[in-house]
Amino acid sequence: MSTQIAEEQQTDEPGTGQPADAEAEAEREENEYAVPEWATESEDGPGENEDTVRLEVFRYDPEVEAKQEPRFDTFHIPLEQGMTVLDALIYARDQYDTSLTFRHSCRQAICGSDALFINGSQRLGCQTQVQDLETPVRIEPLPHQEVEKDLVVDMSHFYEQMDAVDPYFRSEDVEEGEEQRQTRENREKIKMSTRCIWCGACQSSCNIAAGDNEYLGPAAINMAYRFVMDDREEETIKQDRLEIIEQEHGVWRCQTQFSCTEVCPKDIPLTEHIQELKREAVKKNLKFW
Amino acid sequence: MSQSYDRGLVEDFGRWQEFSAGMWAWVLHKFTGWVLIGYLFTHIAVLSTAIPAATGDPAVYTGTLQSLEELTVVRILEVGLLSVAVFHILNGVRLLFVDLGVGLGSQDRSFYASLVLTGAIVVASVPTFISGAF
Repeated sequence: MSTQIAEEQQTDEPGTGQPADAEAEAEREENEYAVPEWATESEDGPGENEDTVRLEVFRYDPEVEAKQEPRFDTFHIPLEQGMTVLDALIYARDQYDTSLTFRHSCRQAICGSDALFINGSQRLGCQTQVQDLETPVRIEPLPHQEVEKDLVVDMSHFYEQMDAVDPYFRSEDVEEGEEQRQTRENREKIKMSTRCIWCGACQSSCNIAAGDNEYLGPAAINMAYRFVMDDREEETIKQDRLEIIEQEHGVWRCQTQFSCTEVCPKDIPLTEHIQELKREAVKKNLKFW
Repeated sequence: MSQSYDRGLVEDFGRWQEFSAGMWAWVLHKFTGWVLIGYLFTHIAVLSTAIPAATGDPAVYTGTLQSLEELTVVRILEVGLLSVAVFHILNGVRLLFVDLGVGLGSQDRSFYASLVLTGAIVVASVPTFISGAF
């Protein structure tokens, strides 16, 4: 990204000599880099050509009276090879509107901060190429979570659901310092479920989670799967875990719409894991006598 | 944050164009399920009132069914009932495999397959249901 900014600076520098209106010049003073004249927020800009992409970004700010009514802002972003939606948002924030708010951190799809609703689908902004999307690119905060500001949603309910399944390793009779070995086969079994980055895309895409706030949701159930299937935990602990997920608002709420599996940025087979836990829950309660 | 914005449920139904295969399968399965339940009760109501238990006259039953079958609307609705039932059966089999954890990777293709198969069966049944109706 740093090299990218440097390139922008170089290409923009010759532009500073060109005549421009007062508004653009004022903007130019505010920003470190020059703003191209065509890249204003207005609809009557130059429109779309091969070099720019139009972003329509959801805006809402409860603390500013004029912004309390949600609206969409349009940004024209100069398109570059390999530009992600997050890059485009960062450009819009740095160059046009510093009040544009969104979460991001690592920019390489591992921190799980920038799950957004992009063109009607939950995706990671940093993992989605702008060139792969239909224009204008419509960016909204994750559905089914309350919007705090612009693209930032309240994740506390998601985190509560994740915590509800005890997402940490428990083992009763392990001596201090003893190594806990896992077979290769068992590691392979839980491999995909460990890849969860807590981005909340699955929970947001889930129709059932939207209507039932108590439903654990795909991410939490996947987290439960990761520990239930881990052989290193004792059978008693596995039974405890199964008791949590076989509750009324546990695995049985899943109606296999596959929405979570489709949006998961880490390609975790969430529905498959939920179905497997359903079978585990049935087996737990089956008694032949 | 003192205030937050709840966008409500409107967005869910406004976005039907963005539904994926699994979502459509779910919606159609729910819809056909309710239609079948509705049909079941209508079926019981019509037949139980037409059964000649009260009158002791078999002609009542025959007459009821014959007059129903004479209506073009009923013939067309029968085709609709068949398509609803066949889709519900085929998608039910698909869901059975999903519950068993078989072929989850091709769940969208199996949904399309059940749609196509439903269409084929319904089209093949049209001559039987509609013959003599018009």
